[in-house]
Amino acid sequence: MTTFLQQVFNGLTLGSIYGLVALGLTLVYGILHIPNFAHGALYMVGAFMSYFFMVDMGVHYWVAMAGSAVVVAVLGIICERLVFHPLRNSPPIHDKIAAIGILLFLEAVVHMFWGSDFRRMSTPFGGVVNLDGVFLREQGILIIASTVVLVVALNLFLRKTMVGATIIAMAQNREGAFLVGIDANRVAMMTFAISGILAAVAATLYAPMNLVYPAMGHLVIMKAFVIIILGGMGSIPGAIVGGMIIGFAEAFGGYYISDAYKDIIAFALLVVILSIRPQGLFAKGAH
Amino acid sequence: MLKVEHLTKMFGGLAAVNDVSVEFGANQINAIIGPNGAGKSTFFNLISGVHQPTSGRILLDGTDVTTMRCDHVARLGVGRTFQTTNLFETATVLDNLIVGHRLRTHSGLWDVLINSKRLQAEEKAAREKAREALDFVGLTHAENRYIADCTQEERKRVAFALALATDPKIVLLDEPAAGVNPEETEGLAELMKKMVKNGLTVCLIEHKMDMIMGIADKIMVLDHGEKIAEGTPEEVKNNPVVIEAYLGSDHDAAA
Amino acid sequence: MMFKLGALIMHPASKYVLLALAVLFPALASNEYQVYVMATAFIWAIAVYGFNVITGYCGQLNLAHGGFFAIGAYAVALLTADYGWNFWPAFIAALVITAVLGFLVGAVSLRLKEHYFAIFTLCVGFIIYLLLDKWEELTHGAIGVRGIAAPDGFGLVNFRETIPVYYLILFFLVFIIWFTSRIQKSLLGRTFIAIRNGDDLAESLGINLMKNKILAFVISTTYAGLAGALYAGMIRFVGPEDGNILHTFNMITYLLVGGIGTLFGPLIGTLGIVWITQSLQFLEEYRMIIFGPLLVILVIFFPLGVSGSFLTWMHRKAQALGLGPKKVQQESKVNTAREVENNA
Repeated sequence: MTTFLQQVFNGLTLGSIYGLVALGLTLVYGILHIPNFAHGALYMVGAFMSYFFMVDMGVHYWVAMAGSAVVVAVLGIICERLVFHPLRNSPPIHDKIAAIGILLFLEAVVHMFWGSDFRRMSTPFGGVVNLDGVFLREQGILIIASTVVLVVALNLFLRKTMVGATIIAMAQNREGAFLVGIDANRVAMMTFAISGILAAVAATLYAPMNLVYPAMGHLVIMKAFVIIILGGMGSIPGAIVGGMIIGFAEAFGGYYISDAYKDIIAFALLVVILSIRPQGLFAKGAH
Repeated sequence: MLKVEHLTKMFGGLAAVNDVSVEFGANQINAIIGPNGAGKSTFFNLISGVHQPTSGRILLDGTDVTTMRCDHVARLGVGRTFQTTNLFETATVLDNLIVGHRLRTHSGLWDVLINSKRLQAEEKAAREKAREALDFVGLTHAENRYIADCTQEERKRVAFALALATDPKIVLLDEPAAGVNPEETEGLAELMKKMVKNGLTVCLIEHKMDMIMGIADKIMVLDHGEKIAEGTPEEVKNNPVVIEAYLGSDHDAAA
Repeated sequence: MMFKLGALIMHPASKYVLLALAVLFPALASNEYQVYVMATAFIWAIAVYGFNVITGYCGQLNLAHGGFFAIGAYAVALLTADYGWNFWPAFIAALVITAVLGFLVGAVSLRLKEHYFAIFTLCVGFIIYLLLDKWEELTHGAIGVRGIAAPDGFGLVNFRETIPVYYLILFFLVFIIWFTSRIQKSLLGRTFIAIRNGDDLAESLGINLMKNKILAFVISTTYAGLAGALYAGMIRFVGPEDGNILHTFNMITYLLVGGIGTLFGPLIGTLGIVWITQSLQFLEEYRMIIFGPLLVILVIFFPLGVSGSFLTWMHRKAQALGLGPKKVQQESKVNTAREVENNA
C-alpha cells in the first residue's frame, strides 16, 4: 500500500509537469495550428535561464523563475513574429521544418554558453516529508500545488478577461474571429507568450528533481505531443488529463514493469492508440 | 445518369444533408444552389466518395456507388474540381495534367525499374490525354507555363482539364466561376456547354445566378441540408420557397 | 550570360562530367581523409534521396527516417558481428528488414494526416533510438557494436581500404540517383506528387492513397536501410547515437538547402553542407547556430532550395526568351529541353 501511494504521488508530480508543458503546446496548436516542435527547446531555455539567474546573479528561486518566465515569453513572441507569422500561408510542411530550425538553434546557443554538462539546480524546497512511510519530496508538493494554481489562473484568465475571451474565440473559429474584428496578431503573440511562461515555469519546477542540460527538452516535448494527441489537439482539459495519464503510466510502469523502458511507455501508448483510433482518444467531430 | 435516393449525412448530431432525393439526367447541365452552409459541398463529397453517407443510396448509371471509396468512384467516371485546386506550382501546366490519366494505367514499381514497354506506352497515352484535355479547355498555348505564372482563370481551366483527363462520364464542379471576372465567367460557361455537347454530364455548385440561369437545364435548391425545390431555371426563379430561403438567410450568398 | 551557363549545367552531358569527377575524385584529393569524408557524404546523400521520396515527392514529413538508417546499420552490424554472417547476405537482410518494417510502420502511420503523421513518426524515431539504447541483449546497449564485417571484396579489391569502399558507395549512389530519376519521370512519381498536392485532389483522380503512400514510404525506408548498411560496412562501428533524431534533422537541412522534391537537390545539399562543415572545422560543434536559422530563412524565403530555385529561374528565362514550343520544327528541341529539366 505504501509503495502504491508513493507511485500515486510520483505520478501526480510527473503528470503535473507534463500537463503544464502540454498545455502550452496545445494552446499554440489550438489557435495557430502549428505543431511547435521548438516548444521543448523553450522549456530547456527556461531551465537554463533560471539556473543562470540563480547561480550567476545569485537571486532567489522565485525571482529566478519569474525572470526566466519573462525571457522565455519574449522568446516565444519573437519566434511567432519572425518565423511563424511569415509562414502562416505556407504549405503545412514548412512551419514544422521552421520549428525544427528554431529548436536546433536554441540548443546550439545554450550549448555554446553552458556546454553539454549536466548541471544540478538547487531549490529552497529540498526536504522530504515522511507521511507514514510515503516519502513526499517538498519539490513534488510544490509542483502539484503550482500546477493547480496555474491551471486555475489560466482558466480564470481565459474565461473572465477580454483578452482571454478573444483567445478562446480564435481557437474555436479562426475565420469567424477575423470577421468580428479580433486582432489575430495580438492573440498569436499572447498565446506564444503564455505558452512560453508555462514552459519556463514547468522547467524551473522540475529541474531541481532532474538535471539541467541542452538536450533535456527532447523527451519532454515528445511526451507533450503524445499527451495532446491523447487529449485532443487544442483541448485544454485534454492536456491536463493526458498529462496525468502519461505521468501515472510512467510512475507505475517504471516501478512495476521496468525502469529502463519507462520512457517508451508514452510512445508505445501513442502507437497503440493511434493504430486503433487515428483521430486520438478524445478527439471530437468529423474533422 | 446519377440517381440519389434519400441521402442523409450526419456530422455529430447535425444533418449536413437531410433526406435528399434527386435525379440528374445524362448530357445536361445540373446546378445545385443554396445559401452558405446548405450542404452543397457535402453533397458533392458524398457522391464522390469522400464521405460515407449515414443513410440513402447513390446510383451511377444503375451501379450502386454508395459505399465505394473515392478512387473507385473516380475510376467509374466521376471527375471533379474543387473550390481551390492545389497544383504543383513550379511545374508546367502539361506536367500537372499527365497524372490525370493515371487511373486508366497499371504500371507499378517494377515497370519503372525495367522501364517496361507497358510503362512507355502508358506514359505516352497519359501525355496525349493531357494534351487533348488541354486543347479542349483552350490552353494549348500555355502547356509549358508554370502553374505559378498562370492567371486565376487559367488555373480554373487547368483544374477542368485535370478532371477531364480522367475520362469521366460526369463532372462535379465546385464553384467553377468563383474569383473570376464576368467576361471570364462567360468563357467558363461556354466551356461547360462544350462539355455537354461532347457527351458529358455536368453538375455544378455555383453562386453566380446569372450564369446558372443562363446555362442550367435543371436546378436543385438546398437549404439547411434539405432539398427545398428543383426544376428548370424558370420554375426555380419563381418558386416562393426559394425566394424566402434566399431572402431569409445571408444575402451575400445570393449575390 | 548566366542563362547560357545555366543551359550548360542543364545539358545532358553535364551529368557524365559530374560522374567523371566523382570517379577521378580519389586521384584529385590531397589525402585519403578527403576521400573518406566524401564517401560518408555519399552515404548520407543516399539516405536523403530516400527522405526526398516520401517527404519531397509524396509530401509526408517522415521524422523517423534517421531511425530506419540506424536499423539498416544495426542489421548489418548485429548479423555480422554477433551471428557471423558475411557482409553481403547481411546487407540484403538489412534491405529486407527496413522494407518490411517500413511497410508495417507505414501501414499504421500513413492513415494519419499532416501534423499527426509528423508527430507519430517523430515518436517512432524516438522509440527506435530508445530500443537501440536500452535493449542490451540484442543491441549491446550504449556501448554499441564492434567487429562488424567489411564488404567482401573480390580479386585484388579489398573493401577494408578507403578507396575501394569509396567506389562501392559511389556505385550505389549512382544507382539510387538513376532509380530515383526513373521514378520521378514516371507515372508513379507523378502519382506521388499528386498526393503531395493534396489528398482530396489525388483521390478524385482515382489514386489509391494508402497504396501509393505506403509504396513511397517503403521505397524511402529501403533507401535509408541501404545507406545504413553501407555505413556499418564502412565505419564498422555502430552505436545508439546513430539513431539520434538529430540525424533526421540534419537530413532535413540537406534536403532543404539542395532543393526539396528535385532530383539533384539531395546530392547538392548533402555534399554542399558536409564540405562546408568540414572546411569550417571549428563550426562542427556550433554549426546549428548557423544551420538552424538557415532552415528558417530557407522555408520563408527560398523554399525551393538551390536546385529548385535554379530550375525555376531557368524555366522562366527560357519562357521569356520565347523558347517555347510555338513552331513545329522546334518541337523536338523543346522536348529534349524538357527531358533535361526532368533529369535535373
